Amino acid sequence: MVEILNVEDNLDTKTITLSMGPQHPSAHGVLHLVLEMDGERVLSAKPDIGYLHRGTEKIAENLFYHQFTPYTDRLDYMSAMANNLAYVMGVEKILGIEVPERAKYIRVIVAELSRLASHLMGIGAWAVDLGALTIFLYAIREREMILDLFEMICGARLTLCYLRVGGVRYDATQQFIDKTREMINILPEKVDEYEQVLTGNRVWLARNKGVGIISAADAISLGMSGPNLRGSGVKWDIRKDNPYLVYDRFDFDVPVGETGDCFDRYTVRLAEIRESLKIITQALDGLPDGPFVVDDPEIVPPKKGFVYDNMENLIHHFKYVSDGFAVPEGEVFSTIEAPKGELGVYIVSDGSAKPHRLKLRVPSFMNLQCMDLICKDAYLADVITILSSLDPVFGECDK
Amino acid sequence: MHKQKIEEDSIVYKKLSKALGHYDYEEALFRGELTYIVKKEDLFSILRFLHDDDGLRLTYLSDLSGVDYLPREPRFEIVYHLYSITHKFSLRVKVKIADGESVPSVTSIWNGADWPERECYDMFGVTFDNHPDFRRIYLADDWEGFPMRKDYPLKGYKDEYNPFGEEKK
Repeated sequence: MVEILNVEDNLDTKTITLSMGPQHPSAHGVLHLVLEMDGERVLSAKPDIGYLHRGTEKIAENLFYHQFTPYTDRLDYMSAMANNLAYVMGVEKILGIEVPERAKYIRVIVAELSRLASHLMGIGAWAVDLGALTIFLYAIREREMILDLFEMICGARLTLCYLRVGGVRYDATQQFIDKTREMINILPEKVDEYEQVLTGNRVWLARNKGVGIISAADAISLGMSGPNLRGSGVKWDIRKDNPYLVYDRFDFDVPVGETGDCFDRYTVRLAEIRESLKIITQALDGLPDGPFVVDDPEIVPPKKGFVYDNMENLIHHFKYVSDGFAVPEGEVFSTIEAPKGELGVYIVSDGSAKPHRLKLRVPSFMNLQCMDLICKDAYLADVITILSSLDPVFGECDK
Repeated sequence: MHKQKIEEDSIVYKKLSKALGHYDYEEALFRGELTYIVKKEDLFSILRFLHDDDGLRLTYLSDLSGVDYLPREPRFEIVYHLYSITHKFSLRVKVKIADGESVPSVTSIWNGADWPERECYDMFGVTFDNHPDFRRIYLADDWEGFPMRKDYPLKGYKDEYNPFGEEKK
């Protein structure tokens, strides 16, 4: 007679530890996830970060305020403008200066452009992680238009360093304005195209809907921000709630999700692209004339053209480069709504030309903390989806 | 300019001073930002109160960081940046501690304090009591020293991997 095997008694399973990354194509950089697995099911996911740690904060303590701007480009390199903005606004806050109107409008335009670039890359990389290479190529194609705009306004495409303490580095030309309007006309139908391919796609829905759910309370407690927090239904956007620059003059919505799953984070990002386009249109319409940097020779050096034929300007320029500018003693914490979430800069000044302490509050770092919580009981394949939906960037996370 | 400014006549300010009246603390207002420097013994209960109170609801921990003020005594400051999503204002709470002293972990109040506290330990060597998973975060587990301390050289210490570092004294 055949003995009926009691599966519970006779088949032992043991958990295994699986290292995903740091060299994994969908690790979005250098994330090392230590996964505790029971078969296909994830018991715990512990992110191991720091592979890209460059000691940015220590470097900042040894540089003049104006010298540190290029380093901020290397944090979230998908949206360098937003990092520039967070940093220069922090320094301006502690200096107590107000930038001219035109500079504010230009800053809004470029910050929103970088949000577009970041979200396009985020959605594209997410799609390719789930096997939809088409969307990745589409998104890169559209992102190229935005990088061309950046090249037009400041000459660089990725590490821009366009904003400076006191304003912006170059004025926005008519050509830039015209081309931006052209891009605004093209992009909405392209976003429709993504939606046609993804939003109704059965594979996309099956892999994103109901996966990686995080509740609003958990998301707030974990310090999540940006589209990841709004995906959980928390309507908090610094542009709306504590407006900086001239965001309070524009009409735009803050899209939120309902359940807090990966699909909600996707729809929030797509909706944010459309809202950003609305903001850019309004900012272009309202762009005032006038200076694009503050009229303060301490903070802004003379134009390069004047330096060549005037002795005093040369001395002034030399002094600016070699001595920097002193910042009053005190401390400020200034935050902006970067594409990835709340990007904050905490500056402690001792009255000299170098910061005593510069702390960067980076959204990717805080957002990644939820990995362990939301990967629990998910399948291994879902971990990829969840990670892509959080859209971390390791230049920023590891500082 | 950016966040909602707190002035001495604002409602939030009055509410806070009334609620924290029985604690011993110093306060500072700079550029519209309110800072409380509290005693280490009171830190946890004050933060717990700020988080739980319905009129304040500082439920969002924006940031937690350390600052090294060498050669001042006590040497370190641990800085908590709190934000209220409900009432849309932010607040800074600081505590001064000496080298070797530890602070209570606030992971039981805000889950998100987990990594920032580990980062603070990694960079400054400040220990947090009752932290669920206390170890370095960015640097290797066997790293010697705490890089963000003011007496740690910019280029690190000289060893076989780092020929440009400074000699260890």
